[in-house]
Amino acid sequence: MKIKTFTIDGVELSGREDQTILEVAREHGIKIPTLCHLEGLTPIGSCRICIVEIDGKRFAPSCITKVEDGMKIVTNNSEITEYRKTILEMIFAERNHICSICIANGNCELQNLSIELGMDHFEIKNQYPRCEVDLSHEKYGIDHNRCVLCARCVRVCAKIEGAHTKDISGRGHNARIITDFARGWGEAETCTGCGKCVQVCPTGALFEKGKPVGARKKRDFLNYLKIMRGQ
Amino acid sequence: MKKKLATVWLDGCSGCHMSFLDIDERLLEVLQFFDIVYSPLVDFKEFPESVDVTFVEGAVSTTEDIKKIKEIRKKSSIIVAMGDCAITGNVPSMRNSFKLNSVIDRGYAENSDKHNKVEFFDVPPLLTNVLPVNAIIHVNYYLPGCPPPADAFYNLIKSILNQEKFDVFQHTRFGK
Amino acid sequence: MLYEELLEKIDDQFLSKDKQSTISVCVAAGCLALGSDKVLEELKRIFPDRKVKGVGCLGLCSRGTLVRIEPEGFVIEHAKPDNIDEIVNFIQNPEKIGDENKKFYEKQQKIVLKNCGKIDPESIEEYILNEGYKAFLKCLNELSPDEIINEVIKSGLRGRGGGGYPTGLKWSTVAKMQSPIKYLVCNADEGDPGAFMDRAILESDPHRIIEGMLIAAYAIGANRGYVYVRAEYPLAIKRLKNAIKNAERFNLLGTNIAGTTFNFNLEVRLGAGAYVCGEETALIASIEGKKGTPRPRPPYPAESGIKNYPTLINNVETYANISTIINNGSGWFASIGTDKSKGTKVFALSGNIKNTGLVEVPMGIKLYDLIFEIGGGIPNDKEFKAVQTGGPSGGCIPSEYLNTPVDYESLVHLGSIMGSGGMIVMDEDTCMVDMAKFFIDFCKSESCGKCAPCRNGTVQLYEILDKITKGEGNERDLTTMVKIANTMKKTSLCGLGQSAPNPVLSAFKYFKDEFYEHVLHRYCPAGVCKFNGGNR
Repeated sequence: MKIKTFTIDGVELSGREDQTILEVAREHGIKIPTLCHLEGLTPIGSCRICIVEIDGKRFAPSCITKVEDGMKIVTNNSEITEYRKTILEMIFAERNHICSICIANGNCELQNLSIELGMDHFEIKNQYPRCEVDLSHEKYGIDHNRCVLCARCVRVCAKIEGAHTKDISGRGHNARIITDFARGWGEAETCTGCGKCVQVCPTGALFEKGKPVGARKKRDFLNYLKIMRGQ
Repeated sequence: MKKKLATVWLDGCSGCHMSFLDIDERLLEVLQFFDIVYSPLVDFKEFPESVDVTFVEGAVSTTEDIKKIKEIRKKSSIIVAMGDCAITGNVPSMRNSFKLNSVIDRGYAENSDKHNKVEFFDVPPLLTNVLPVNAIIHVNYYLPGCPPPADAFYNLIKSILNQEKFDVFQHTRFGK
Repeated sequence: MLYEELLEKIDDQFLSKDKQSTISVCVAAGCLALGSDKVLEELKRIFPDRKVKGVGCLGLCSRGTLVRIEPEGFVIEHAKPDNIDEIVNFIQNPEKIGDENKKFYEKQQKIVLKNCGKIDPESIEEYILNEGYKAFLKCLNELSPDEIINEVIKSGLRGRGGGGYPTGLKWSTVAKMQSPIKYLVCNADEGDPGAFMDRAILESDPHRIIEGMLIAAYAIGANRGYVYVRAEYPLAIKRLKNAIKNAERFNLLGTNIAGTTFNFNLEVRLGAGAYVCGEETALIASIEGKKGTPRPRPPYPAESGIKNYPTLINNVETYANISTIINNGSGWFASIGTDKSKGTKVFALSGNIKNTGLVEVPMGIKLYDLIFEIGGGIPNDKEFKAVQTGGPSGGCIPSEYLNTPVDYESLVHLGSIMGSGGMIVMDEDTCMVDMAKFFIDFCKSESCGKCAPCRNGTVQLYEILDKITKGEGNERDLTTMVKIANTMKKTSLCGLGQSAPNPVLSAFKYFKDEFYEHVLHRYCPAGVCKFNGGNR
């Protein structure tokens, strides 16, 4: 394994060639906001919140970009902040995120991001789409109004549980998380009912029925899993 | 001379006003510097000229709300959008996902055993979409929360008075 | 097998008849839609002793159906089935045919389209007789893979799909990869509105693509190839499949090709109509049977493509250039075009232009020459306003830049791109806000939805532009529009998202006044947008 040297925010650092910018940054206590990324899941770089500037000319998501020799990485400047805020604003505006009545209020990564990026209002128009709530499963429910399409549930279901019950159907703003062949979750034969998807969901889109409002999600359980499996 | 303070109640639940009152004894301190010149809490009928600070609760839901908020913008130097309804639309905006008529039918016709026909007299017509305040006018401060905690109100008023920078997220957030 | 031996395999009937004078009827999609198949049948009946055949695109699609008569070389226009007497009259008296469109043909230089409109696309024999598979057999018999790649590198050929990545470099990357299996893909998922270059090539000269792919496969060591064609091109698919069958019949595809140990199997894969599947990583996902969504690069397909094996992906037009480069030499090819953009480029002219159709011009030609000399200018005495290059990923170019040479760098400099070759000309009656709205609407429905900036940005931009065209916009909307467009451009995952805001940004850059007229005065200078309560 080769070691690469580069700078993050002007500080000279080094990392293994298989490490991403985000991994190295976190090792050194440099904070980069993320949304779709979750330690233990294959990163897909879809939310673009974790973008950093590389060599002063291009922007790349730090969760999937591997470190390279001589990279000059900037994790925060006014331009990056503006892009991150615009993306976050658009994610908020995409579905019906109404914090005050949400099951994840106070325990939501989207909400936390609004604080982290200092977003106290929206400049852009809300979409207010009609979204379904699927309560057909006996233990869990999915509220598409809160979904940010981070695909964490898809990944944990396919890669960790090995069931691949969930996937995304439709394209563009019509994309929706589905179970099996887009039937109700309750009818999904491949679902093992493990609840991993509920644990990793960053917002209140996936929830366990009957749990009190604000029930804690254990999003870091994947780390235990990794240790237990000796990975 | 005391500064002029106003509060306005658009499409909201009045929770923000209640929370404002929750600053309790500190209200007296506020009143040393401010006169409350217009508010649902006091009995003035007309929105006065040259108000220094106006707190707006609630989203914009009717043509009347639009008229009102535009007038208030003209007459106020600082406007604070207080609470999630004024900032994002919040609960009132949940009807935006549905057709206006079906919302009205659901609210007034379907659930009533006497009237199955809805008629409006002298009531300002509802907008097709509930809007946040900043969709219509320029807003100077945003105070998220449902409702924003009393401390947040108190600290914001103090910051405005002392012309200090106000860190919103130290005191509140969306849905707080 | 040498080229000479291949020629010997051709039936005599093709040789004897070709020497006679020929009547060629265009049977590419455009003319076919106007009934050229009926014209072909009629002419075959009327002139039994002349060679009457169907050929591919003749170029001047707006004047279809086209019939070309050899050896005179004249083209009869508007040869519809109803005018059959007139057509016969022209064929008997070719001197009566006017040559008002001489400029259209004269200013072009044809490499890719060399056989288009000349040979019967359904006949491999005709292709072979026109130096077909000569280059491939030369490569197979005389050149080593390294020599071929060197030729391509020296030719300076760059990817014709839009990006302009040096083709030779891509080939050598894949060639260097140590892997038991390598794949070769031809990207024929042409989806830009107003673009029909790839379709015309596939419909008119499918063997040229197969030959280009064969050479590439031999050079990089691939044994399996796919042509990814969108299902909306049934004629192209039919002719391509027919061509593959015929190539197999001549032992030019399959196992032990031309008596050597080289094997190459070619398969046609149909795209189900998603624009994003023209993006190479999404295309690979689609070929693998997955949902067509892009994935981040690196790793590039050259390192890890189909089923994680090294995969070479080139556009139709790129492959179409290869055989001529081998036949005529890289030096010859490099002498055409500009310093950094070599060779020719096929463009699909459309919009408010007299000569709608397919043209091939040397790189570096001035936009003015392309639009006014070859294209014949704007119809109905209207003023030229702008030209949109590169489809929904490109930008518009206003009249002050008509002197710009058409090459990769110059167009990027103007905020547009070369793209695959769609060129939509707009006259004074076009509203640029409305135009930007049209393209963003396209991208909105074609965004795959994977990354947040593209999925949401296209919707937001569309709504803002829609508001402006309805006279409900304000200045704040314009600021927000630019902010969202920039965010998309810098942060989207794939090329679709990164370039989707180009039409908006370039229209706003060159026609700012028009946007402000809409917003401030509720006035549409072109008179396209209808506001509630009328203009102003």
